[in-house]
Amino acid sequence: MDWFAHPENTKPLGLLIFFITFCLIVLWVYGNGKRGQKLEEHKNIPFLDDDDEMKDKSNG
Amino acid sequence: MSATSVAAAGQYDYDIIKKFSVMAIVWAVVGMFAGVYIASELAWPFLNFDSPYLSFGRFRPVHTGAVIFGFGGSALFATSYYVVQRTCQTRLFAPGLATFTFWGWQAVIVLAALSYVTGYTQGREYAEMEWPIDLLILFVWLAYMAVFIGTLMQRKQPHIYVANWFYLSFILVTALLHVFNNLAVPVDLFSLKSYSLFSGAQDAMTQWWYGHNAVGFFLTSAFLGMMYYFVPKHAGRPVYSYRLSIVHFWALSFMYMWVGTHHLHWTALPDWASTLGATFSIMLLLPSWGGMINGIMTLSGAWDKLRTDPIMRFMIVALSFYGMSTFEGPLMSLKDVNALSHYTDWTVGHVHSGALGWVAMIAFGSLYHMIPRLWNTQMYSVRLINAHFWLATIGVLLYITAMWISGISQGLMWRAFDDFGNLQYSFVESVAAMHPFYAMRAIGGMFFLTGMLLMAYNVTMTIRQGVRAAEATGAPAAAAA
Repeated sequence: MDWFAHPENTKPLGLLIFFITFCLIVLWVYGNGKRGQKLEEHKNIPFLDDDDEMKDKSNG
Repeated sequence: MSATSVAAAGQYDYDIIKKFSVMAIVWAVVGMFAGVYIASELAWPFLNFDSPYLSFGRFRPVHTGAVIFGFGGSALFATSYYVVQRTCQTRLFAPGLATFTFWGWQAVIVLAALSYVTGYTQGREYAEMEWPIDLLILFVWLAYMAVFIGTLMQRKQPHIYVANWFYLSFILVTALLHVFNNLAVPVDLFSLKSYSLFSGAQDAMTQWWYGHNAVGFFLTSAFLGMMYYFVPKHAGRPVYSYRLSIVHFWALSFMYMWVGTHHLHWTALPDWASTLGATFSIMLLLPSWGGMINGIMTLSGAWDKLRTDPIMRFMIVALSFYGMSTFEGPLMSLKDVNALSHYTDWTVGHVHSGALGWVAMIAFGSLYHMIPRLWNTQMYSVRLINAHFWLATIGVLLYITAMWISGISQGLMWRAFDDFGNLQYSFVESVAAMHPFYAMRAIGGMFFLTGMLLMAYNVTMTIRQGVRAAEATGAPAAAAA
């Protein structure tokens, strides 16, 4: 526990944790084509609650 | 407008959104008028009229408070309540609490303005409110958080649309910033004065941790939430890349928190902290431009809308200013550039290219999209929207050009030496040299304010039109109005 009390240890550790987490998020988003397609489907949510505006899927 | 919109008015809680939308416009007029007045005071000092109540020092926080928290805050409450309901397909959680957020927030803006003109201020930039007003802000914000999170929790749509992520991060981070920046001990229970918990360089760092993250989360993240809903919705096309919007969100969230120290280059702050701020500022360019490209590319294949639709023009020009400001910001965070730009009008120009060009323009576009839908009508005059767009654009360009010239001249004059190593110019010579640019800035502000007055008139007529039509047909819009 003493190790965690020193900022010179916890600062690089924090940096590593944040950096790795961010890389994992990017990998999760772009790493799998099927998942990517599913994620892209969410872009239509603003158009689901009314049908007075035309849905246009030309952007993907 | 089709019958589905009438159904939407009954399906969702629009009353609170209408109130916030109207007050956003009222505060925009008040705040921008105060801005033009203080800009004119700098150009023509007789406008102080030797009155402490009208002095620049007291009026400046009235301007910033009214435009950031009055106009920007009310626009964010309005649009976030609109977007969260429509993308979750549910009504607002705890409408009573939502009503409290409206009256509480308006009270905050009025009390803050009154306290500034009577000389009460904490002297913390963008957080000048004294401690009792800070407590009121905290209660209002907690209520806002409860309403927003409660609405998300009762959603009928399984996925939380990305615009709501941006709004939620803005709500959470603003709470955190507000609490820590305002930690203070009141002098007395019945005194407005208090002492900050921080002092010296720590106080400066706390203030700019707050200050820059207020820019990052109040004026950027929240308005990106607005952009991610209203740009696709108004264009009638889904956002260019949903995956890019996810990476945009997380990159901003990870990076923004670290950049505040770039406001304190060449001060008593440790050099490593200042370098850290500059490094993260440079890295922020990537997500910022990713988000801008995502917004602009949403219009891909439908660029003709820019010729015919002034609301779309507001949104796309706002994104262009977002891109420009987020390029200029990292540039100014470099220590060598900052040595020239800091304490000069260049900073003022940078802030206004973001605040007028990005924040105000995306808010105008979103309000022009939303208001006719709230009152189940159409905008009273598209020509007036077009006139507003050009007045606003010319106003911003005049403003930032004046401040670039003025700021760079100031920076160069302040560090010019003669052959004997003495300062070449006295400070007052630099002030005199700025006069034409201060006049130009005030005129730019007048353009922007004139556009805002057109919007206020246009929106008033639109609401009257919607109320009259609803009264004639007995539709729910009238009841809700």
